[in-house]
Amino acid sequence: MITISNWLLNAAFILYVCSSILFVVAVTGKQWSGRDPREHERRFGGLAYILAVIGFLSHAGYIVTRWIASGHSPTSNMFEFMAFLDFCIIFAYLILYRIYRLTVLGAFVIPLGILMLGYAYVFPKEATPLIPALQSYWLQIHVTTAALGEGILSVGFAAGLMYLVRTVPQQGKSRANLWLEIVLSVVLMLVGFIVLDSTFSRLDQNTVFQLPTQQMTNTGQVVNQQVTYTLPAIVAPAGATIVKQGPMNPLMEAPTWMEGKDAARKLNTMIWSILSGLVLYGGLRLLVRKRLGAALQRTVEGIEPELLDEISYRAIAIGYPVFTLGALIFAMIWAEEAWGRFWGWDPKETWAFIVWLFYSAYLHLRLSRGWVGEKSAWMSVIGFVIILITLVVVNLVIAGLHSYAGV
Amino acid sequence: MDVRKCECGHTNPVGTMLCESCGKPVDFQESGQPEQAAFPDMRYEGMARRSQTYSRTIIDRIWNFFSSVKIAIALILITLIASAVGTIFPQQDYIPVPVSTEADIARFYGETYGKIGEIYYALGFHNLYSSWWFKTLLVFIGTSLVICSLDRVIPLYKALSRPRLNQHLSFLKGQKLYGNSPEEASIDPAAALPAAADFLARKGYRLFREENALLAEKARFSRWGPYINHIGLIIFLFGVLLRSIPGFYLDQFVWVREGQTVSIPETPYYVKNVAYKTEYWDESEMPEKLNLNGGAIPKTYQTDAVLYVNKNADLPGAKPELAEVAKGPILVNHPMIYEDLAIYQSGVKEMELGALNFAVLDRKAGNKQVGSLKLDLYAPQTEQQVAEGITVRVLDYFPDFVMGNDGKPATKTNQPNNPMFALEIASAEGVKEKLVYVSGTVISDSKDPRYALEVKMPDFIDISGLMVRKDKAVPVIYFGALIFMVGVVMGTYWQHRRIWVQWENGRLHLAGHTNKNWFGLRKEMELLIAKMNWPVTLVQKGKS
Ligand code: HEM
Repeated sequence: MITISNWLLNAAFILYVCSSILFVVAVTGKQWSGRDPREHERRFGGLAYILAVIGFLSHAGYIVTRWIASGHSPTSNMFEFMAFLDFCIIFAYLILYRIYRLTVLGAFVIPLGILMLGYAYVFPKEATPLIPALQSYWLQIHVTTAALGEGILSVGFAAGLMYLVRTVPQQGKSRANLWLEIVLSVVLMLVGFIVLDSTFSRLDQNTVFQLPTQQMTNTGQVVNQQVTYTLPAIVAPAGATIVKQGPMNPLMEAPTWMEGKDAARKLNTMIWSILSGLVLYGGLRLLVRKRLGAALQRTVEGIEPELLDEISYRAIAIGYPVFTLGALIFAMIWAEEAWGRFWGWDPKETWAFIVWLFYSAYLHLRLSRGWVGEKSAWMSVIGFVIILITLVVVNLVIAGLHSYAGV
Repeated sequence: MDVRKCECGHTNPVGTMLCESCGKPVDFQESGQPEQAAFPDMRYEGMARRSQTYSRTIIDRIWNFFSSVKIAIALILITLIASAVGTIFPQQDYIPVPVSTEADIARFYGETYGKIGEIYYALGFHNLYSSWWFKTLLVFIGTSLVICSLDRVIPLYKALSRPRLNQHLSFLKGQKLYGNSPEEASIDPAAALPAAADFLARKGYRLFREENALLAEKARFSRWGPYINHIGLIIFLFGVLLRSIPGFYLDQFVWVREGQTVSIPETPYYVKNVAYKTEYWDESEMPEKLNLNGGAIPKTYQTDAVLYVNKNADLPGAKPELAEVAKGPILVNHPMIYEDLAIYQSGVKEMELGALNFAVLDRKAGNKQVGSLKLDLYAPQTEQQVAEGITVRVLDYFPDFVMGNDGKPATKTNQPNNPMFALEIASAEGVKEKLVYVSGTVISDSKDPRYALEVKMPDFIDISGLMVRKDKAVPVIYFGALIFMVGVVMGTYWQHRRIWVQWENGRLHLAGHTNKNWFGLRKEMELLIAKMNWPVTLVQKGKS
């Protein structure tokens, strides 16, 4: 059953990739010679949409089969959660596409979905039984609804980014187009990280370090801690010795104030992500010979900016209540049942609260202070960054009650 | 002057910006500004608002401060940043080692996080969410919610409940979305207006008609959304405040050994731990084979408990008389609930020493075992008979033995972490021998003792940690959350729209207003124009 479910997810991934390629062809190929642009967009866009729907159904199949196999909603570890969040993003996209019928939306959202799903694959994929703290249907309702809210808000980000790509002037230098390039290169860093991690975990080129700190094993022996790097080591943990040589020698040691067993490994991963992102960025720029923002601008030419602004706002207006319900209200009900307190300022709770405050500020600025268009689009980008902090940084760096085991 | 008279003859209250009757901007003549710059915000259709009208006294100033959305946004953003700062390092409640004194806590932050940790501690950020200034922020937001609602609710009611029909032309021209037909256009108002009304009715609009004017309106109720959601928030915050009233909130924690009954502080209740168990997932139950490195994944933490109430709780000094009121298992996520009391499974100390077991050997009879001895670590019997004629007396007991500074034995805590016993064995003949048990060995006092104690497997017990909570404010808090949700959904899933179509001076005038989603409104009006075939182009003022 688990095998079937993994296959379904892989199938969904491949379908999404095909669908995005078609979407890109649909929006960029309009000027190809000998074609009726409208007809071209209709044909390819329609096909891409159909592939996305089939991918979505396969993704749904993954969720159903995994749910049946493990007996709980597939949201109990980082892999499952990210795969589920991705499902919600695609779902939100399908809804908004039904409302606005804008082909180019898919050319932005589906790649975002691929990115999220790729990120999910970085984490251990085992289906584990639930520890007592997670055995609650309120928890399942809470996590699924919160993910749905985050998925819809992410589509708000995608549309906001499209607005910026469409409207930020590409003639001359400006703060806006600098920031736009930064946002795009951060996206590429995530791509770089996923590609590197999945490549190296297949190559089995681990470097193993022995740390000076000690730890007790299950059998009660005290041994030195070990850390395994999947990526080649640029920074070694402070004071560590190499047990198993990897593909390269570390160039430096992590600063000693970086505490914790995995701090240096995370730093190493971060350096690789940044480097690979910059390499990708540089490569792409050499290829297109202009700013990436300028290159992307062609894909959204001819779309009314107001429409993009509206889609971004609508996604956020639809996602905000869902997020509130899932990430705050259901969370409180569950916390009340599990710990006897509906709120405890645990880092994860606090960050959900921060996301909520941020989007409240967004709505107030938009409704009462007329922040529409560019300002609003930047807010949607920042909002997405805060969501990512909540999902990724808080889980992996700030360990709290909710922290999932994993990378 | 407390009233203003419009040229149409209507008398408006002070602060009104659009005449309540004809819709003509009230103070154009006085301000002398060009029409478009002076046209008021349509959100409340120019109704008088206290915060926009008075700013003389200190009360006015405070009122205006709290009713401003700009201030509200600032408060929200400050709260946001403060909340984020509180997650940089763990809050005191979450620091991994249970530290007791203030100095220990300070040391924890300094040692774990270095200089930054020290600063963090010094600024009080380790208790950020209960700090006075964080609470003040929340109180400010609450105050702001109340005042901004009061400031706007009546103007909004007026703006919504009297749909403006047949307004002064400057009212229509002042709208953000406006267009008119050229004078020479061949439009027959008698046919155009009903056709438009028909079209809009099919789009779900509610219609108001006069001979030469038409107003179509949709989803008026959604304008109440923000007020309802803010009331929900106010109720929520009120619920949070309630918890500081004595009796509304109780938070206790008790450790209960298997077989033990303990009193729950601040309540008349007692709880008994009948049995505790931890279960682990069996491999056959797992969806997939896992490599657990010899570990196991817990499945349940369960205490079978009985809850009693002390009937004599109100009589000081009386012996407790316990009556059973509830019984059953307590599991994580499944608390025991009795009236407004809830008991949660929230900790366990497993395999703790419960009692020491010994075999009593008679050395004179070739180390023959003559009896066995059990020393309960929580309630040791002072004297027990271990065999015919042989009694053991406990002379001294130190549950958590240390050598004191004065050279005398002492106990660090009253938990049996390192039990030490001084015993006396008396034989039938009346010979007394003294023995000491400490750290797994038994030392005898006499040179050639008759009796020896052989250490056997001790009894292990599980101690269950139960959290006891009472929170009478929870229903209020949930109710507030529910109201908030209703309001948010009303406000965000529907949009209020008004479309005016008016025939005047031989032209057709079209204007539209909404509080959000101007793009959608424009599309809808453009569709109307296209369907009706009117020579009208809409102009949208300002940014979309
Ligand atoms: C954390 C606190 C707050 C939250 C979560 C919140 C939430 C919201 C939401 C979701 C909306 C949009 C509703 C809709 O689109 O229908 C809104 C609108 C609004 N809020 Fe708040 N609010 C908060 C605090 C405040 C405060 C303190 C004020 C006081 C000035 C305020 C004034 C307003 C106003 C004037 C509107 C616009 C109403 C309209 O345009 O019809 N809010 N609020």
